[in-house]
Amino acid sequence: MLAHLPILQVIVPLMAAPLCLFLTRSRLVWLFTLIASGLAFLISSLLLQQVMVSGTIIYELGGWDAPWGIEYRIDQLNAFLLLIISAVSTIVLLAAHTSIKQEIPADRHTLFYILYLLSLAGMLGIVATGDAFNVFVFLEISSLSAYALIALGKDRRALWASYQYLIMGTIGATFILIGIGMMYQMTGTLNMDDLSKRLPEVAHTRTVFTAFAFVIVGVCLKLALFPLHLWLPNAYAYAPSIVTAFFAATATKVAVYLLIRFTFSVFGLSFSFTALPLQMLFVVLGLLGIFAASIAAIYQKNVKHLFAYSSVAQIGYMIVGFSVSTTTGLMATLLHLFNHALMKSALFLALAAVVYRIGSVQLSQFHGLGRQMPFTMAAIVIGGLSLIGVPLTVGFVSKWYLALATLENGWWPVTALILLGSLLAIVYVWRIVEVAYFKPPIAGRESIKEAPLSFLIPIWTLVIANIYFGIDTRLSVQVAQAASQSLFGVSP
Amino acid sequence: MKDLFAVIMLSGIYGLLSASFFVSMDAVDVAFTEASVGAGISTLLMLVAITMTGRTENPSRHKPLLALAVVIVTGSLLIYGTLDMPYFGSAQAPIHQHVAPRYINDSMQEVGVPNIVTSVLASYRAFDTFGEVVVIFTAGMGVLALLSAVRRPRDVAEIDSFNKSMYEEHLILRIVAKMLIPFILLFALYVQFHGDYGPGGGFQAGVIFAAAIILYAMLFGMNTARRVINQSFIQLFAAIGVLLYGSVGVISLLNGKNFLDYSILSADPIAGQHLGILLIELGVGFTVASVMVIIFFNFAGRRNNQQNKENNDSC
Repeated sequence: MLAHLPILQVIVPLMAAPLCLFLTRSRLVWLFTLIASGLAFLISSLLLQQVMVSGTIIYELGGWDAPWGIEYRIDQLNAFLLLIISAVSTIVLLAAHTSIKQEIPADRHTLFYILYLLSLAGMLGIVATGDAFNVFVFLEISSLSAYALIALGKDRRALWASYQYLIMGTIGATFILIGIGMMYQMTGTLNMDDLSKRLPEVAHTRTVFTAFAFVIVGVCLKLALFPLHLWLPNAYAYAPSIVTAFFAATATKVAVYLLIRFTFSVFGLSFSFTALPLQMLFVVLGLLGIFAASIAAIYQKNVKHLFAYSSVAQIGYMIVGFSVSTTTGLMATLLHLFNHALMKSALFLALAAVVYRIGSVQLSQFHGLGRQMPFTMAAIVIGGLSLIGVPLTVGFVSKWYLALATLENGWWPVTALILLGSLLAIVYVWRIVEVAYFKPPIAGRESIKEAPLSFLIPIWTLVIANIYFGIDTRLSVQVAQAASQSLFGVSP
Repeated sequence: MKDLFAVIMLSGIYGLLSASFFVSMDAVDVAFTEASVGAGISTLLMLVAITMTGRTENPSRHKPLLALAVVIVTGSLLIYGTLDMPYFGSAQAPIHQHVAPRYINDSMQEVGVPNIVTSVLASYRAFDTFGEVVVIFTAGMGVLALLSAVRRPRDVAEIDSFNKSMYEEHLILRIVAKMLIPFILLFALYVQFHGDYGPGGGFQAGVIFAAAIILYAMLFGMNTARRVINQSFIQLFAAIGVLLYGSVGVISLLNGKNFLDYSILSADPIAGQHLGILLIELGVGFTVASVMVIIFFNFAGRRNNQQNKENNDSC
């Protein structure tokens, strides 16, 4: 069975989704979903281990060899992403049963888990595949289920947010499809590895330029790169809390993965960074994203909105690392992918616990929560410190490598701006701390208790991971380094 | 254009025209899908949607000039950028040189299905098709999650009486439909099982099958249709379709072959391919038909509830 791990990675959650319909009780469905996601996590850790030991794994679907059939191609980069997605999904699911009991009507629980599993399977499928069209198919699965999940939010505004996301997401997906279509037209193949061999022959044609531009714009819509981020804050703020925790840690990461995969593996480094003024454009947009979104975050009254804007800013950091286009820069991006997934899932899960207890995430409702929900608020503080990039947290590790990468390239103004961006993070995290710890509880709210254990266990698992990987960076750094080196090795 | 009804009809015509366009480009399978989905079922679903929202668009004051400019710029860039692409139908074009020759020359020996499109869709790139089926399943589940109305038993009688007055007027339509429906169902089955030899297959068959049921529901009322087709039953059917497709893959896994490798299904690899394609097309048909019916029922069910509410208000 070990040889079939790549496909099992996707098939387990995918097949589990329709099976959920045959189970009736909400608790049973939750357990089943948790087991499926846990299995996916197990498989992804086995895969990562295999890849680190023996190199790229190729799996031919249907037994047809590559450019004719579809293949799964797992290298260090995929395996790393698969691990992040399935790990976050499993940990977040631990709290799902308690959280959605309050936020979603009981007759929709089964559908919620089905959509959750489909979304998970879709993201895993995007990451695992080595075929450009297969990417689009699984992108559709993950986005369709994402729209429905977001619209399930309790607030009526969730529908509008989901609709906005639907329009933007569909435009993004269509752009990607147009790009893939043109690539197929110029090369006659859809396989990524094959594309990377055949594209250089036709690299001078305008059609290939157009294909590249369309794919990049489509992916940037999906990853909410400033100024294409407008769908993200509302979608994150009004979705059910569990969904926010899951998507904030995974959805945009998958889009970043696609960006890296298409620029580095498919089009190749020399094409991607010489054809268009991409490097300059991405540095500027990344930095603008960091500042605009951080400043917007400072003025938010809804804490979910606040962290959603902070997510846009964090994507800015990833893009800056990406645009340095050196091994260290890419490594910083990959590290930040991993680290940001840890921070944001911890933060949004903690917010889910707050919603569970007080039913709101308005900043004005946070008065005195520091004493009433000490463990939850402590988790938010540590997550916030990690967001700022304080030493001993994961945030420091990725900022450190990012600074290193920009300095290596002699971009010291960029380094300075990155550090300045971190200062802005201090401001918005401090606003929460101030309200939660230095204001007395609201009258009539004295009886608010700490969140139940089903929240605290996953939250603190993530918080401890935030600290652990901040101190012992061997795993994350080693994998990120191997992945970025292999990407540069393939296309020097 | 402010009249949404006209907009929908035009989009249906657009679907039909592009279908004939595809026929003239010799892409019969695509044309068939476009005709049944683009011109057929999606027009129908949009019609149901406007019965809920009203027929005219709300006047909006802002002029979307900026959006128009973006669309024009993107469109002209797209045209400019693709000026140097290979000529349509040119034998030298890369798409005809690289992957396609094997499909054309060897698929008969390797898969044994005369329709090359089917052998590519259902065997060479079967995993993409599996993904598409899951996309449709996802859409069905999404509609259910957002729209499934909680029906109170008290309302049912009211809807019944409402339906009677509404549908008794269409006597001719009802009789003609009653005569047509068996043939539509039969045609759907023909399309389903003929996919190996000519254009057709699970997607189109599922849509046609669903269209027959929807036609019945439109003319005889939702409740009569509900008596035939139970809501939770049809949900299970949608799931069974996906599971059938997936389990074909799992069987090849259990036999030590790669996922969706049909050659293991029978002693003779070609017969295995045949059996595999038959089974997965059946799975596709199940899921597509049930999801279309689910979507229609939930749209229409909501409409009935809405009208009930209005009736109650006016009383």
